[in-house]
Amino acid sequence: MHEVMIHGVGLGKRYAIGERARYHALRDVLANAMNAPRRLFGWNRRSGEHRSREQLWALRDVSFDIQEGEIVGLIGRNGAGKTTLLKILSRVTRPTTGFAEVHGRMGSLLEVGTGFHPELTGRENVFLSGAILGMRKREIERKFDEIVAFAEVDKFIDTPLKHFSTGMQMRLAFAVAAQLEPEILLVDEVLAVGDLEFQKKCLGKMSEVSKGGRTIVFVSHQMSQIRRLCERVIWVDRGVIQQDGPTLDVVSAYERASMERSKVNAQEESSGHGIQFLNWELVVEDGAPSNVLQHFDPVSFRVVIYLPEQILKGSYAILLFDDAERIIWHANFELSGLQPGTFEFLHRLPTLPIKPGAYRWKAGVFDGHQWTDGWWGLPEMVVATKPMTNTGDEFQGILNLPCEMEVRALEAVRR
Amino acid sequence: MASLTESRVALPLHSGASATIRIEPPSGLFELRLREVWAYRELLYFFVWRDVKIRYKQTAIGVLWVVLQPVLTMLVFTLFFGRLAKLPSQNLPYPVFYFAALVPWTYFAYALQMTTNVVVDNQRLITKVYFPRLILPISSVLSGLVDFAIGFVVLAIFTVAYGIRPTFAALCLPALLLLAVFTALGVGLWLSALNALYRDIRYVIPFVIQFWMFASPVAYPASLVPSRWRWLYGLNPMTGVIEGFRWALTGQGRPPDLVLLASAGMVLVMLFGGLIYFNRMESTIADVV
Repeated sequence: MHEVMIHGVGLGKRYAIGERARYHALRDVLANAMNAPRRLFGWNRRSGEHRSREQLWALRDVSFDIQEGEIVGLIGRNGAGKTTLLKILSRVTRPTTGFAEVHGRMGSLLEVGTGFHPELTGRENVFLSGAILGMRKREIERKFDEIVAFAEVDKFIDTPLKHFSTGMQMRLAFAVAAQLEPEILLVDEVLAVGDLEFQKKCLGKMSEVSKGGRTIVFVSHQMSQIRRLCERVIWVDRGVIQQDGPTLDVVSAYERASMERSKVNAQEESSGHGIQFLNWELVVEDGAPSNVLQHFDPVSFRVVIYLPEQILKGSYAILLFDDAERIIWHANFELSGLQPGTFEFLHRLPTLPIKPGAYRWKAGVFDGHQWTDGWWGLPEMVVATKPMTNTGDEFQGILNLPCEMEVRALEAVRR
Repeated sequence: MASLTESRVALPLHSGASATIRIEPPSGLFELRLREVWAYRELLYFFVWRDVKIRYKQTAIGVLWVVLQPVLTMLVFTLFFGRLAKLPSQNLPYPVFYFAALVPWTYFAYALQMTTNVVVDNQRLITKVYFPRLILPISSVLSGLVDFAIGFVVLAIFTVAYGIRPTFAALCLPALLLLAVFTALGVGLWLSALNALYRDIRYVIPFVIQFWMFASPVAYPASLVPSRWRWLYGLNPMTGVIEGFRWALTGQGRPPDLVLLASAGMVLVMLFGGLIYFNRMESTIADVV
């Protein structure tokens, strides 16, 4: 049985342009005050339609229901309204229209290290930040050791925060936030910071949290995180909900749309022949998205490239990167005697047993030994296979290989 | 819809049973949520604790500043207004006369300045986390009380050292202090919200405080003010507070009269208006600060 935890109806947020970014200069206001003295004290700010001022709807008529235990990803371009929506839900700002009902204790994490003060020690900051995030003093005391252990800063805990490295501050901040036990957790892009190992740890912690039945709304630009954590995704564009549905559908649609926009930008370096990368796709049975790998069977994919001039002798490289920019695989092929035209390079692999996540192809062409043109193949390739052995293996390593283990006694210790 | 408004009091995470929060556009003039402030009292405590800790963290002589500030001012006043200008001092030794006024005044000036800047100084917090914004100005006037307590102890020792014995009038001190707290809060609420909108306030406040000091009987006795202007003078709540402090501590001078009542009335009006105005602005502060 699912209960509605967040019920949003027709939410809208209007900003007067400039209002969000800048406080007022008194002289402008005094000039206006001659006509409307009430405005000096901001009394008709809310209802007043200032004709002279331009209005911007950061969010318009957004409605949704979020059920208990759901992990919902919020995606969209910068400025699309994701953060505004999260700020309304977390009550930092009030909507201009509509309303939302939140059933249950709510915690929000719009920033890592909210309320941290550099002059205070690590210990003092844990208490301050915990209290700001809504924890009770006794609760923080009880969880203090766990927080310090999670952050791995035990030696420095009584040192002022200003002597911490950025990484340590981040770890401490997240460790505090990770101890929040709300029924509903709102998280803005906080995992984008910090080193990779720690990000992994946080993701692990978050999926652990969500398995405890808590409801999470999560904003991220990293589709790999969204795929890993969320079952449902809401895609916001220009302040309205573009699509709301299962992660795989919405993320693919979003990526297709952003690819349309960024086709021009896909080309990374071009010093040479004006060779153009046109497309890449997995060769899949009809129906499936052409950038999602869902099996361990032989994989075929093609890269489409346009050559404006002939290549007599050169080579072509294909590389696969993971989301940490590590090269997973690389191969080189000779090219010779190619006439101008459009070509499809068809690749076949016996299998591609890599961990679920997002990967990127990079293709490049060499003229002789000179790297001339290179491109990131957008969209990312999404690997959505099941882990071959244990579900817990998902977070570490690169390969997704089936491994069996058998325990045999070789020698018993005599007592 | 109306039935839901009862549960609009938002509670921090730890407050027991699940509550329903209704998020909607700001409405109504009287949206005071004092119950919510009470629910967040632990955060209020942490804000006060933070202010007090930070204030003394990087100063070499720490708490001594709290004592030095009014003592040095007292020496200057004693020298110039007392010995040189020979202003009357209600038959009190000049040091006691000035110090008894400077301890509450220093508190008030400090609290007013802190409160005015508290919203702007905490803008990062305000745009990232929800809590009743009202606890910020409240925490400012409360954290100043720590300084006041230290200053007051010195003042008490000082008075006794001059051979002045406390009388029953000293029992009025808490009420007078409360009046100072509410004055700082009442004015501070207006100024802190206005400061978020117009940063000019930050530059105006030092002058306001300086004018206010000369409009209060800090450097001179209130008896210097012609009696036909006393009523106007009494509208300044700090007049009652400072005159009252001198009287309560030494048993000499004029006991608080109707003027103090007028002051209290004035403070209530300012405080109530400030609460409404601050709450009114609260809904937009995160967007403009």
